[in-house]
Amino acid sequence: MPAHAEPKQPPSSEIETSPAMTDLTKPVVAGDAASAPAAAPHGANRPEPKVTASDVKVFYGSAEALHGIDTEIPAHQVTALIGPSGCGKSTFLRCLNRMNDTIEGARVTGRILMDGEDIYDKSLDVVLLRARVGMVFQKPNPFPKSIFENIAYGPRIHGLAKNKAELEEIVERSLRRAGLWEEAKDRLKEPGTGLSGGQQQRLCIARAIAVSPEVILMDEPCSALDPIATARIEELIDELRQNYTIVIVTHSMQQAARVSQKTCFFHLGDLVEEGDTDMIFTNPRDKRTQDYITGRFG
Amino acid sequence: MATGTADTTTGAARAASPTTRRVQASLARRRAAETRFRLLGLAAVIVGLGLVALLFATILTRGLPAFWQATLTLEVFVDPEIVDVPPAPERSAFANQAEYEEAFLGWQTALARTNWGRVLRNALLAYLPPEAADSGRAVEGLIASNERFELRALVQEDPGLIGETIVFQGLADANVDVWVKGNIDRSLPDDRLPLTSDQRAWIELLLEQGVLTQEFASALLFNVDSRSSPASAGLAGAFVGSLFMMLIVIVLSVPIGVAAAIYLEEFAPRNRFTDFIEVNINNLAAVPSIVFGLLGAAVFINWFRLPLSAPLVGGLVLTLMTLPTIIIATRSTLRAIPPSIRQAAIGLGASKVQTVAHHVLPLAIPGILTGAIIGVAQALGETAPLLLIGMSAFVAQIPTSPMDSSTALPVQIYLWQGNELRNFFEARTSAAIIVLLALLLSLNTLAIILRKRFEKRW
Repeated sequence: MPAHAEPKQPPSSEIETSPAMTDLTKPVVAGDAASAPAAAPHGANRPEPKVTASDVKVFYGSAEALHGIDTEIPAHQVTALIGPSGCGKSTFLRCLNRMNDTIEGARVTGRILMDGEDIYDKSLDVVLLRARVGMVFQKPNPFPKSIFENIAYGPRIHGLAKNKAELEEIVERSLRRAGLWEEAKDRLKEPGTGLSGGQQQRLCIARAIAVSPEVILMDEPCSALDPIATARIEELIDELRQNYTIVIVTHSMQQAARVSQKTCFFHLGDLVEEGDTDMIFTNPRDKRTQDYITGRFG
Repeated sequence: MATGTADTTTGAARAASPTTRRVQASLARRRAAETRFRLLGLAAVIVGLGLVALLFATILTRGLPAFWQATLTLEVFVDPEIVDVPPAPERSAFANQAEYEEAFLGWQTALARTNWGRVLRNALLAYLPPEAADSGRAVEGLIASNERFELRALVQEDPGLIGETIVFQGLADANVDVWVKGNIDRSLPDDRLPLTSDQRAWIELLLEQGVLTQEFASALLFNVDSRSSPASAGLAGAFVGSLFMMLIVIVLSVPIGVAAAIYLEEFAPRNRFTDFIEVNINNLAAVPSIVFGLLGAAVFINWFRLPLSAPLVGGLVLTLMTLPTIIIATRSTLRAIPPSIRQAAIGLGASKVQTVAHHVLPLAIPGILTGAIIGVAQALGETAPLLLIGMSAFVAQIPTSPMDSSTALPVQIYLWQGNELRNFFEARTSAAIIVLLALLLSLNTLAIILRKRFEKRW
């Protein structure tokens, strides 16, 4: 096995949980853009926050799933939410575009400000919020329609395109940004469900981009994908960072280390520790964070 | 490390450990249980299929002969001496419409007074021995009494036929049909037979000359029910009545049922009230259909004063009965749509209504159609509630609107089954069942085709 395991490095390191994590903070993408902001001393010249959460609590019925989260999501950065299963990271993510509203019995308290505006304000239209905050789900979920229709749907319901030509332009631009144009341009009329898993997930990202959101939420976007497809998505996330603010929930600490600039560690509904990704992975302050990233639980 | 684990597992399989031995011991028992279960299932399927085959075989062997009926093909001379009517009035000869209509009515009455039976009898006598002319009634008895009116209608349509000889095809009397088909015990004494010995001899004569033949019984499909002339009794009235009811059921129950299901499944909050509604819908689906008939009689007829025996009332009652079926089928279809599709749409900023209309409903259409068609098919075969709102009345005309009196296919079957002319109507009943079954089968086929057509994978 060691004889021919060399060419692909990231997949083989996936299983490894050695305490020496420093090498993992190197992004897969060999781009300077990725490492530049992360290299800055933590806490200093952080970009202004896109989203500010203060004392966010979420209840499912009478059970409290999040116990007062205070954090900031920096603009044009990738923020990774990590933590063991059931720690509330996905719940927090869904607070950011109010997807929790659709869950029976879910209740959110506290304040979440996006560009200084309370997204839980009564006067705010959820539809508008979700147009500004796109979402990519764990399992690729293209509509059972053509590739074109999948991407055109968002712009169409929001009236973003005045005519067909404009719509086609949006579709092409979104597919290009999602790195799917070359593979999909000749089969736009074919069903989106006919693509491979990784392509489907990029289609879902393209669909989210098509509405021109400001923030993109990703809920374990690579958990259903193979390592090669995962690498492509991670590459894509890094490129998207220039235009969008990205929040990603992930179970793979390697992924968090590779793609994010800021990491928040959740445990049992608490935000245990947050900070620059290199700091969290090289020098965690909290014992639980250290235990988790070194693979002692989770 | 990976190779190490593989080695240990194969090693464990090779050596017969105590666990392995115990598992092996239980294998025989498990296999026997499996075989038993499979055989039981197979037997159940065979018994079920056998019963269905028996049912179909009985109905087909009994009903199919009724689609061919003893028919007389006669050369009829429309004798101007018997048909002694003035020429049909012309519109141009009258000053105004009212006068013309009065004259036309008088002409029609003259036609109606004509002894058409004698015209037919004379035509028939041409094929019979001369002494038959002495027993005119018996000769006329060979022809279904309704054929007199058929001939009259023919002449009224074209008065030029008076004085001409035309080829007229008319049904033989019901008893003749039964006799020819051999459904009367020929060894019975004369006084217990419905036909006289003369009549029986004439039938043989007519058969020999090829005047009396078995023709396709279009009367069964295109005539209305008849008591005076059983041979011409048909299903047309009941068919149209059933059709009106189906239309009412489809128009009312599908939109209401689907809308209710969508609301309950996608929009309604979960609370005591919606739980209560849900329980009641499930209960409604289990209410015996005759209870719906009582409800229809009490509410639609006694309270709303809608007419008795009307397909409108029948349709409303059947709608009530079909609603729970459609609601339950639609809800279970909606529940089977993967939530990821809804999340995808909502995550893009689609409103709840857009999510349902653009994504959930298109995916649910095949299931909804299947549910709706099964519900409608069930309603089509329903008899009991219709009896209670007067749809078992004898109606001898095709209803022209849902407010007219009418009967329905299953009710017609019930009525024919109870007819006194047993040996004729037994086959007629089975034929009506075949028509109803054909209708139901085509509805179900439609359901399957539509489902296949709209089905999409996700």
